[in-house]
Amino acid sequence: MGSVTATVAPPTESNVILWFRTFGAIVRSGFRRYATYRQAALAGAVTNIVFGFLRCYILFGAAGAAGTAAGYDRAQFATFVWAGQGMLAVILLWGRPELAERIRTGDVASDLLRPVHPVTSYLATDLGRAGWACVSRLLPPVLVGPLFFDVYLPARWSTVPLFVVSATVAVVLCFGCRFLVNATAYWLQDVRGPQILWTLGSGVLAGLYFPLPFLPDALFLALQLATPFPSLLQTPLDVLVERDPTGVQAGLVGLQVGWAVAILALCRLVQRRAERRLVVQGG
Amino acid sequence: MADHRLRAYGALLGAQARSQAAYRASFAVDLVGNVGATVFDVVTVLVIFGVTRELGGFTLRETLVMVGLSACAFATADLLVGNVERLPAYVRTGLFDAVLLRPLGALPQLLLMDLPLRKASRAVFGLAVLLVALARAGIEWTPGRVALAVAAPLAGVVFFGSVFVATATVSFYWTESGELANSVTYGGRDFTSYPVTIFDGWFRAAFAYGMGFAFVSYQPALALLGRADPLGLPAWMGWASPTVALVAAALAATAWRVGVRHYRSTGS
Repeated sequence: MGSVTATVAPPTESNVILWFRTFGAIVRSGFRRYATYRQAALAGAVTNIVFGFLRCYILFGAAGAAGTAAGYDRAQFATFVWAGQGMLAVILLWGRPELAERIRTGDVASDLLRPVHPVTSYLATDLGRAGWACVSRLLPPVLVGPLFFDVYLPARWSTVPLFVVSATVAVVLCFGCRFLVNATAYWLQDVRGPQILWTLGSGVLAGLYFPLPFLPDALFLALQLATPFPSLLQTPLDVLVERDPTGVQAGLVGLQVGWAVAILALCRLVQRRAERRLVVQGG
Repeated sequence: MADHRLRAYGALLGAQARSQAAYRASFAVDLVGNVGATVFDVVTVLVIFGVTRELGGFTLRETLVMVGLSACAFATADLLVGNVERLPAYVRTGLFDAVLLRPLGALPQLLLMDLPLRKASRAVFGLAVLLVALARAGIEWTPGRVALAVAAPLAGVVFFGSVFVATATVSFYWTESGELANSVTYGGRDFTSYPVTIFDGWFRAAFAYGMGFAFVSYQPALALLGRADPLGLPAWMGWASPTVALVAAALAATAWRVGVRHYRSTGS
């Protein structure tokens, strides 16, 4: 018998159905775990709604008397802001550095003993969390926004499935990015530096502070192609407000998928390298 | 007696400063990271002015005076009392019991137990933005306006400090209130970075006049720039911000006292 770390292939033949069943069970337990924090979800949703008002008015101010700016009209801005406030909690741009804490304390050792690849099991938990966030954090702003503002509703039927795919991929991608930030703890112990860089960079470059098309076209394109950030929030929201024709929408989602695959592969690589050098304190 | 207390507070502060500066690289990263947040707030305003020539009837130079007042006031208040944000965690874990048992004021202890010196960089940047904005706005300086340019940011610090304390007291009643306080503290920061004219309806009424955020940056900026309020309030309103700040401080102090009395330890 070789190493007992989870990333080494298990000795038995893999069973796909069993794998899916395990994955599904972890997703469900993730959902249940986060669904216990109902009051925190309510407080968070109220905060998102307040920021929805703030950002909506600010972007309306930018649209000015003409009512358009950077290819968005007022209704598109409203949808962009209110859906964005909900999506923020679904992709969990700014979570607590939970994994980094587990690495620092050595608790991560128990994750490595489980017969599921750590990246897979963390991803499953995160999907469960995102599912709960869809109910508790996405719905409230999406329902409240239209009560106070004229919002843009998709005109093409193809937009709805594209948005669902785009949002799901954004969840996976955001999980991967957060994992990489947390995984620096294997080398650094204290992740405050990477965490701060991520918090700052992701907020601006994902399109939360302002829609990225406000930037010069070349810069926006470069950000979209060369960094994963716009794929986290800007792309799903642009798909939803139909800023581009169907072909471009599909292309943007394809780009997102590419980033998600690349980042997940990097997560597995980093995890493998980390396990080779990990010394659990006291072990 | 007072001397003893001051010495005790001084010891708490000194211990904090030493422990935070002990990890030099981390401290340097924190200083840079914290200034980044305020830098991006200012950059956001600049980017928005990239797609529009005026915002709510105000030019970039005029808006930057409001941004400067807001950033300076918020960052300094955050440095001095922003730490009270951690009160929910103290209440939830019962750590607040230990704070109450010591023979020092609960609020000063709470602030000094983890004074975030790393946020100093942010306050310095906020002040720099304000100074540059004031210099470039083409203000006709009079002795009164000079006095207001000094008094308004100080009043803003007191006001935001009061908001931090008052919103934190919610956790005495609702332990799981989590990020609810952020909607008023950080929300207030965003609100005060823009002319009040871009907001509308009851939302504007609630934030600007109900909670008083208009007096942090908008009204003083109008008085400094010598502009009439498009919303029709008289010109002397710009000079009201110190009074508003004192009222806010009194309300926050009351909320704090009532909250501490209401506190029941999680253990009981």
